Amino acid sequence: MTDAMLISVLVIAVLIVVTMIRLFLGPTAPDRVVALDAINTLTIAAMLLLGAVYREIIFIDVAIVYALLSFVGTLYIAKYLGGEM
Amino acid sequence: MIVDTIIVICLAIGLIFNALGVIGILRFPDVYTRLHAETKTTTFGTIFIGLAVVISALSALLGTGEGQYLTLLLHTIIAVIALAFTNATGAHAIARAAYRSGYKPAQAVVDRMKEAKQ
Repeated sequence: MTDAMLISVLVIAVLIVVTMIRLFLGPTAPDRVVALDAINTLTIAAMLLLGAVYREIIFIDVAIVYALLSFVGTLYIAKYLGGEM
Repeated sequence: MIVDTIIVICLAIGLIFNALGVIGILRFPDVYTRLHAETKTTTFGTIFIGLAVVISALSALLGTGEGQYLTLLLHTIIAVIALAFTNATGAHAIARAAYRSGYKPAQAVVDRMKEAKQ
């Protein structure tokens, strides 16, 4: 079961690398923001799995803080792109 | 062991839906369809990965009775709830910003939001 979770973390890392293709060659700025949002969500999934594998509660707490702070970052970029700042 | 099977099934569902979201980002034509594919599927897949962690912690808690597994379970539930509530709002903010900065959908037939502003 620990092996399955570690393999899942590996697959999520591969998915993050594939998402970075859109982050690098996205034609417009909102495309890059969408790719960044996907990378944030996948990173949170990897943090949850690593916290369960190594039995470290602190990884899960880092995932909570990362979820809230990436939301704030996304809102900030969106307000800037929409010309409301 | 049936708990291990359930955990592997939850992990497989989560990984398949995350992969579908990433493929949707790469293949869809404009920012709104990419956002539609990405935010729904990665949120759903990450909820299932959190569910796998919750079931794993619950089985360890029932097996050993140590308090750290209860903390692991509760904090994972809090993380998944925070993720599920913030992802949808972030996607709404990105789509609104993209519309306000002038990007139109690639093959749009009608644009009711433009009509409503006049």
